[in-house]
Amino acid sequence: MIELDYDTIVIGAGPAGLASAIKAKELGLKTVLVENKDILGGIPLQCIHPGFGLQYFKEDLTGTEFIYRLFDKMEKIGVEYLLKAHVYSVELVAHNEKVVNVITPKGIMRLRSKTIVYTVGAREKSIFEINIIGDRPGAGIYTAGEAQTLMDLYGILPGKEIVIVGSGDVGLIMARRFALEGAKVKSVIELMPYPGGTMRNIVQCLQDYSIPLYLSHKAIRIIGNERVEKVVVAKVDENLKPIEKCKFEIPCDTVILAAGLVPNVSILEKIGMIMDPCTGGPMVNEFLETNVPGIFVAGNALVVNDLVDYVVEQGEQAAEGAFYFVQNNGLPTINWKRVVRGRNIRLIVPHYISGERDIILYARVQKPEKNVLVTIPEIAWKMKLSNVRPAEMIRAKLSKTTLESARFEDKVTVEVNTQ
Amino acid sequence: MNEQEFICIICPSSCTLKAYTKSDGTIKVDGALCPRGIEYAKQEITDPRRIVISVVKVKNGNLPTVSIKTSKPVPKKCITAIMKATASIELEAPVEIGQVIIKDICGSDIVATRRIKKFVNKSI
Repeated sequence: MIELDYDTIVIGAGPAGLASAIKAKELGLKTVLVENKDILGGIPLQCIHPGFGLQYFKEDLTGTEFIYRLFDKMEKIGVEYLLKAHVYSVELVAHNEKVVNVITPKGIMRLRSKTIVYTVGAREKSIFEINIIGDRPGAGIYTAGEAQTLMDLYGILPGKEIVIVGSGDVGLIMARRFALEGAKVKSVIELMPYPGGTMRNIVQCLQDYSIPLYLSHKAIRIIGNERVEKVVVAKVDENLKPIEKCKFEIPCDTVILAAGLVPNVSILEKIGMIMDPCTGGPMVNEFLETNVPGIFVAGNALVVNDLVDYVVEQGEQAAEGAFYFVQNNGLPTINWKRVVRGRNIRLIVPHYISGERDIILYARVQKPEKNVLVTIPEIAWKMKLSNVRPAEMIRAKLSKTTLESARFEDKVTVEVNTQ
Repeated sequence: MNEQEFICIICPSSCTLKAYTKSDGTIKVDGALCPRGIEYAKQEITDPRRIVISVVKVKNGNLPTVSIKTSKPVPKKCITAIMKATASIELEAPVEIGQVIIKDICGSDIVATRRIKKFVNKSI
């Protein structure tokens, strides 16, 4: 058995993990980056569309170009990494000692570390989580991410007549890819009365290719034997229940599930970490430290982001947290203030703040609204926004001086109000 | 006066734009948070353009495809021509990011957006 010691172990080499490992190394921590696949980069490697890095690199890059920028930075700094390394458990030994057990082609490794940055990303919701009944044909059902892997990494077109269930961004982007490659995208079915993805993707991925979007509709049944043959779709009422007389069939050979992402936290759940049911990820403080001292979480494993720029930002924050932890042998005990979800806030990260330093809040609304004020009444802070939509994350940077007046509060409330 | 509504696709703010085309051809745009939105609406009315993305085959690479894009937005009506032109190409690894795959098609170049290394029976 190989045993090695580190200051920080970064698990998962997608954008959050790469950014975190680079930052940790820059700060002088003895760092190792552990990746399950045989290639670094994670999901952006298969994101061939533009829209990445507008904020971080101030340039419009494709996902692939974005991730190679990070590779180049990493190579220059010389971060140690392991490929084909499967993390099968995390052990908590002491306050400043964790063990990550890894299976690699070189054998089983026990990696000891003061801190862990967990950046394994999110997983896609499966067919079992979105209540589609009916047949389970031998072929023709894929998640949007699987279709993307097949088409944009391996060059394989998974079908010719496509129905996309769910209107998340990945689903919309794949609708365009299918249309470009000559497949017929019959429709995109969305349960909610508003799209799951961003408006710009509705325009450039659906409207550009005349792909119909059925809002307030549900795919209720898949029919097919060897391969998918058709999907039964129904309009839903305001309680999201299918209306029996508004039922129709769409013939197709492929169903793509784009029902959204959930943070992948399986390893963390095993060590009893506290999760937030709203984000599906762990509860964290402003260092992105979880309730287990010295374990930090960033990127889509923390909260599902819409921009890679935010993911990278969180990766760097977590690395800074790890640095602070290693320096001080643990984060100092602070009188944490709870961040409370107020009116029209569906989720918010971080969950606890100190009020002693600048912070970045990431939030999503429950329902779309126009001309709103995002406010924190306790500190008389407000931010004007012309539009808020569930698919578009709100990011707000609060300075230490703004937060000063919350010194004697035990909570701050974030709320969205119409003007 | 002709009134049209657009949703700006330049950045995730997704501004709702209202464009008014006067009889003399001048266009006035409301609702944009930045000048790029005004430019976008004018472009959409006169000559809508998009960046086209796809993948092309690669022989002997660490991945079987390389992703590509048009180096600048091309007229929407050219999209099919570009997809047809890229469908028949097969490259040989290695491929570098920014490498020109097709020169001057519909006023743009087709460039690679993924680094493909030569396959040497082990990963990068």
